[in-house]
Amino acid sequence: MTAFVDVRNLSVDFKTRNGLVHAVRDVSFTLDKGRTLGIVGESGSGKSVTSYSLMRILDAAGVIAGGAITFEGMDIGSASERAMRDIRGREISMIFQNPRAALNPIRKVGHQIEDVLRQHVQADAHNAREKAIEVLKQVRINNPEERYHSYPFELSGGMCQRIVIALALACKPQLLIADEPTTGLDVTTQKAVMDLVAELTRARGMAMILITHDLGLAATYCDHLIVMKSGEVVESAPALELFRNPQHAYTKKLLRATPHGTDSVRDLLPEDMRPAEPAAAPEPAAAKDRTPLLEVRNLVKEYPLKSARGGVFRAVGGISFSVGRGESVGLVGESGCGKSTTSSMVMRLLDPTSGTIRFDGTDIGEIPAGAFARSPYRGRLQMVFQDATDSLNPRFSARRSIADPLLQLGLKGGERLSGAALNARVEELATLCGLPHHLLDRFPHQLSGGQKARVGIARAIAVSPDLLVLDEPTAALDVSVQAVVLNLLVDLKEKLGMSYLFVSHDLAVVKLLCERVIVMKGGEIVEQGNCAKILEAPEHDYTKALLAAIPHPPI
Amino acid sequence: MTSSRGMIVLKRLAQAIPTLFGVIVVTFIITRALPGDPAAYFAGPAATPESIAQIRAGMGLDKPLPEQFVRYLQDLATGNLGSSISTGQTVLSDVLSRLPASLELTFSALLLALVIAVPLGILAATRQGTFVDHLCRVVVTAGVSLPVFFTGLALVYVFYYILGVAPAPVGRLDFIYISPPTITGFYVIDALLAGDPETAGAAFKQLILPAATLAIFTLAPLARMTRAAMLQVLASDFIRTARAAGLSRRKILFTYAFRNALLPVVTTLGMVFSFVLGANVLVEKVFAWPGIGSYAVEALVVSDYAAVQGFVLVMAILFVVMNLLIDLSYTVIDPRVGFDG
Repeated sequence: MTAFVDVRNLSVDFKTRNGLVHAVRDVSFTLDKGRTLGIVGESGSGKSVTSYSLMRILDAAGVIAGGAITFEGMDIGSASERAMRDIRGREISMIFQNPRAALNPIRKVGHQIEDVLRQHVQADAHNAREKAIEVLKQVRINNPEERYHSYPFELSGGMCQRIVIALALACKPQLLIADEPTTGLDVTTQKAVMDLVAELTRARGMAMILITHDLGLAATYCDHLIVMKSGEVVESAPALELFRNPQHAYTKKLLRATPHGTDSVRDLLPEDMRPAEPAAAPEPAAAKDRTPLLEVRNLVKEYPLKSARGGVFRAVGGISFSVGRGESVGLVGESGCGKSTTSSMVMRLLDPTSGTIRFDGTDIGEIPAGAFARSPYRGRLQMVFQDATDSLNPRFSARRSIADPLLQLGLKGGERLSGAALNARVEELATLCGLPHHLLDRFPHQLSGGQKARVGIARAIAVSPDLLVLDEPTAALDVSVQAVVLNLLVDLKEKLGMSYLFVSHDLAVVKLLCERVIVMKGGEIVEQGNCAKILEAPEHDYTKALLAAIPHPPI
Repeated sequence: MTSSRGMIVLKRLAQAIPTLFGVIVVTFIITRALPGDPAAYFAGPAATPESIAQIRAGMGLDKPLPEQFVRYLQDLATGNLGSSISTGQTVLSDVLSRLPASLELTFSALLLALVIAVPLGILAATRQGTFVDHLCRVVVTAGVSLPVFFTGLALVYVFYYILGVAPAPVGRLDFIYISPPTITGFYVIDALLAGDPETAGAAFKQLILPAATLAIFTLAPLARMTRAAMLQVLASDFIRTARAAGLSRRKILFTYAFRNALLPVVTTLGMVFSFVLGANVLVEKVFAWPGIGSYAVEALVVSDYAAVQGFVLVMAILFVVMNLLIDLSYTVIDPRVGFDG
């Protein structure tokens, strides 16, 4: 008797322009009914490709080159396309990351659920609607009768993921594959979604494969974990054991890089990569100046509503905070809480409705956003963007990207560099940011995610700003790269004495980087103060909920 | 939903007003700036300067431009597009008799092109890199690179002269038939409505070759756009979801992929329509089709101001109507339209 799911020596190849790529090599695992398996790995580890092979929904370029996949004794590799179609959605189904894109944008969600039900003869024309609403109820959608008529763009990310789950579970499959189901969702939504999935699969005795880059999440929700790297399984162990006693060096590195429960940003790095602790650096002179660098008072941003009745939407509702010289402050909250609007106003990319933004004693809020680029303050406030790829001009080499602010704004004193001096400055910045000089002439598509993040940081510090606004700079990076980038940011702050306003949804990361934290919800600040204190003993219920939602591996 | 859709229609209509006014001004100025003196042309070769001046005064051409323009606007408001100096008819009646001919030809051609191009594009997208894909590319490239007068002549040569299956290229209807009573202006439909299948058949036969000629030319943008849009949609996440849910190939291809690919195809269709309607002069010439394109060219050659102005104005109105229809079809295809914009 073979296992419920038995993957043996699976290899998957992709035909690309540069020849054959072995995306998955010799992967084996088994899964029994009612059990949960976590496949953990960073981007390019082959974890998604493995799961797509299980359902045979690889792209046209991908082929199962070797090995066998058995599902309930049936050989998936040799099954006919027709048989596979019956298996997909009815026996094995899948939920995806980026739930909004995973739904047909121009079809009512109720109809999308009906499509699945009718495909697998779980409903007919008469009762499809009723059954679809029933399925919506099971994933705890409020007002399912109304939501039946909604289009994906009318729903929140968390709601869309519930719809995707509803689609996947509509026909009561026996195996659910969850491919990064919560990436891009807020932590509280992530918890709600994962709890729902766990509860539904448990209640139905289903097996689940959870694919994720987040070891903490995998350990919280899975019995057994396998760790993949470059298409191969490097370690396979029960979740608890893997956490307590990792064997493979890569697993150790991953575990270490996951910021949950770590105390210092240095602990994220493998021991041989940690910088020597600098001798207690003398307090930067600036830090002795006790007036805050940035002081925000009663900042408000309102948007007119489009409805016929008029009215306004308050994105930011009169908040006040300050950032000291040489201080790093975390701005934390979930999507829609107004943290990005706030950072855009501080950056002077957006004009506030009212309130003051005092920077080094001057109300820079009075300078219109459109004219701020010509203001001498522009160079003193710089930003590192969330998406390292999209925020670089694809036609600029790394060298040109880093030189850009120097060409536009000049050095701090207004001095314009050119020729050899400019090159020397760019190379100095690259060295500061740990970017090897031979990469400077590459274009963004020739650089890795971590390298692009370094270019973005080097560009932001090129004109020696006093305040750096960091908008989720590591959100799109793998954990091991995130660990390196966070350390780089700490080093730079020590060397250059800048202040950071660190915008993030990830409390665990903020804790490592910031001295003070501001928690926002619905455009208001619900709590602010010393970072360690707030994370130890949160006062506001919302902060507590945020903390509780971070997956806690059972160790 | 309904009211927001109504608002969109009203908004788009309002946006058309400045466009139309701009067209009126520009055509008025350009037609005046054209070389050639219509008064001299109208007066004939034996005219004396006095008689030319008399004619000029009669046509109002001796007045200053602003005054001519105001008078032109007043005429427009009453539906008076002036008279054509070459046909002697009012421009309005000329246009009304010739526009349906062009519309019938264009609609038939586009219908034919769509019926071929859309399936071809879908096939090429789903079988990317295969024989069908290459065939699609060859067919559309050939179609768009052959000039329409050549395709038209070739078709006439083969199907009329050699094979004898097509009627002579003598316009909308052979001389032995009488034009059906005007209801829609489209001969085939009018003849059917009048209960005259024989005339309808004859009109249809006349229509086939010119429509095919135009269709071959318009295949390319439609097929290419269908292929590109389908490829893009087929690579998107929700198609993967649909595949993972085990939906049938037909359902994925048509309900999921094609409806999402429709927007760019509809946009292209609108552009092709507007372009073809005014630019099919060559086809009209080859097939002696009494359309509006050849009318405009003839008017232009003899500096027939009123006729050229009328033509441009009618085309502008058609463009505006066409764009309105496309915008409206967006709101039917895509529920997001009207919420974002």
